Amino acid sequence: MLGDKDRIFTNLYGVHDWRLAGARTRGAWDNTKAILDKGVDWIIDEMKKSGLRGRGGAGFPTGMKWSFMPKEVKDRPHYLVVNADESEPGTCKDRDIMRHDPHLLIEGCLVAGFAMRAHAGYIYVRGEFYNEAQHLIAAIKEAYDAGLLGKNACGSGWDFDLYVHRGAGAYICGEETALLESLEGKKGMPRLKPPFPAGAGLYGCPTTVNNVESIAVAPTILRRGAAWFAGIGRPNNTGTKLFCISGHVNRPCNVEEEMGIPLRELIERHCGGVRGGWDNLLAVIPGGASVPLLPKSICDTVLMDFDSLRDQRSGLGTAAVIVMDKSTDVVKAIARLSYFYKHESCGQCTPCREGTGWMWRVMERMVTGNARLEEIDALEDVTKQVEGHTICALGDAAAWPIQGLIRHFRPEMERRIRARTEKLAAE
Amino acid sequence: MAMITADPKDVPQVASFSFTPEYMAKVEEQIAHYPPGRQASAVIAVLDLAQRQQGWLPRAAMNEVARLLEMAPIRVYEIATFYTMFQLRPKGKYLLQVCTTTPCWLRGSEAVMKACQHAADGETFSVQEVECLGGCVNAPVVQINDDFYEDLDEASMNKVLDALRRGETPKAGPQVDRQTSAPQGGLTTLKGE
Repeated sequence: MLGDKDRIFTNLYGVHDWRLAGARTRGAWDNTKAILDKGVDWIIDEMKKSGLRGRGGAGFPTGMKWSFMPKEVKDRPHYLVVNADESEPGTCKDRDIMRHDPHLLIEGCLVAGFAMRAHAGYIYVRGEFYNEAQHLIAAIKEAYDAGLLGKNACGSGWDFDLYVHRGAGAYICGEETALLESLEGKKGMPRLKPPFPAGAGLYGCPTTVNNVESIAVAPTILRRGAAWFAGIGRPNNTGTKLFCISGHVNRPCNVEEEMGIPLRELIERHCGGVRGGWDNLLAVIPGGASVPLLPKSICDTVLMDFDSLRDQRSGLGTAAVIVMDKSTDVVKAIARLSYFYKHESCGQCTPCREGTGWMWRVMERMVTGNARLEEIDALEDVTKQVEGHTICALGDAAAWPIQGLIRHFRPEMERRIRARTEKLAAE
Repeated sequence: MAMITADPKDVPQVASFSFTPEYMAKVEEQIAHYPPGRQASAVIAVLDLAQRQQGWLPRAAMNEVARLLEMAPIRVYEIATFYTMFQLRPKGKYLLQVCTTTPCWLRGSEAVMKACQHAADGETFSVQEVECLGGCVNAPVVQINDDFYEDLDEASMNKVLDALRRGETPKAGPQVDRQTSAPQGGLTTLKGE
């Protein structure tokens, strides 16, 4: 089990002062200049060696992402953009970072911005997080007043400006190119890639978009060393991770734990177990709404990291663990997610715009069993036609939960259809 | 995608809109966040300011935002209808945004929604079903204007609504005995040992 001495988010629950004075006592902004003095190459190399994989869901290596930025600044300025549009159902970790430890994020922005040769950064905060954005804005002002941001930030010789940009309610803006469109004052509709943001991002300039948690852990990694971070967790799945455990547990919570912690241990140690005991578990969505659910038999032993969950044909995603006990109408739980994706589709690509609505309507019929048995195959077939055929991953995200349901709970879906057919025949 | 129009026919629009000096100062501060010529980046922020001043977003306010940011009005209407936080019709003093996405639904958002619908009178309270608010370990969550009310059930929701009716400001955050997103009943980490 991870000890408190290895925890990065030591004010996760907001017990202590979130302002600069409090953050300093917890080690933030401690000689940041010394980190920057080691240079861009050293920083990127350490980030690579730490094994940190992006915490926004896709798990792409952060150090490698930073290295994609052009080595020289030419006619176009470089930008750092932080994705704080946290909207994946089940996920509420970045919210805690912003409201309870904003200086970890701000210091991370300076370090990351420096490493990618950016003089400006934008933090795109989902509009609903009004109070969280206010903490962040206040903390940024403190940092400017203390000389930690702005001209010659931290006395490093590097100028760095940081701004908060609030969204206004659109899940799709968590997709990095939709986020950039939104930041430019347009509808949040994803862009075709390539070009990738590192080549042409915000205002057509080289840009890197990172998740809040990925950026906020960077200063601690660089202070304590890549080896420290890489020594936690499992190979290729290193470090600590914020988990959000919601649903049918006795005590839902956010917690920072070691990557690769067994799912059962996570739930029993920190959440007081599944409501009604472990044997009352039906299924778990392990990584936010878009990843396929896992039945209890897999939950018994699975480890919470990228590779272990991928091996079970699911994913770590944002590490948002949604627990469902045996009282759950599991078809309805997934149908509600189908409604979510229908609601949040930007409408740009036909397979997603039409497919999310179609899948939701069929899922609603599956809830009551108002379908024919062969429609389960038809539904699965449509998910495959949406998956991989859209500009962004929202189409995939809408398809995967349904595929997971069919994979693990097909007998339940069939039972409902048979029960309804028999009932109608009897009447 | 629901059909949303920037100028709902059943809504009486206002004749004109202009920012007060206090709001205008905030508008200028927002525009200054972006490089010269990129003032359209401030459109969400400036529309939000217009909505805060007016209480909702009439067509006249969208036109004023378009003028200030040198955008074609249609580009502003697109934004106002794409993002769900923009209110295109007048609403009650308190907007109850009830999350009913799966994590909140698993913890009883249906009962919370019923309590809110029961209270909705269009003047003191308006109610809206919203998608995941991002407070899932404190489900069910209801956003009331700018604040999140968390760990709700029907009884605590009614308590919050009663307090608002009396003109009080009930404490936001968890409505059970709990420190933010920490497990209820005692920390399992960060115990300061």
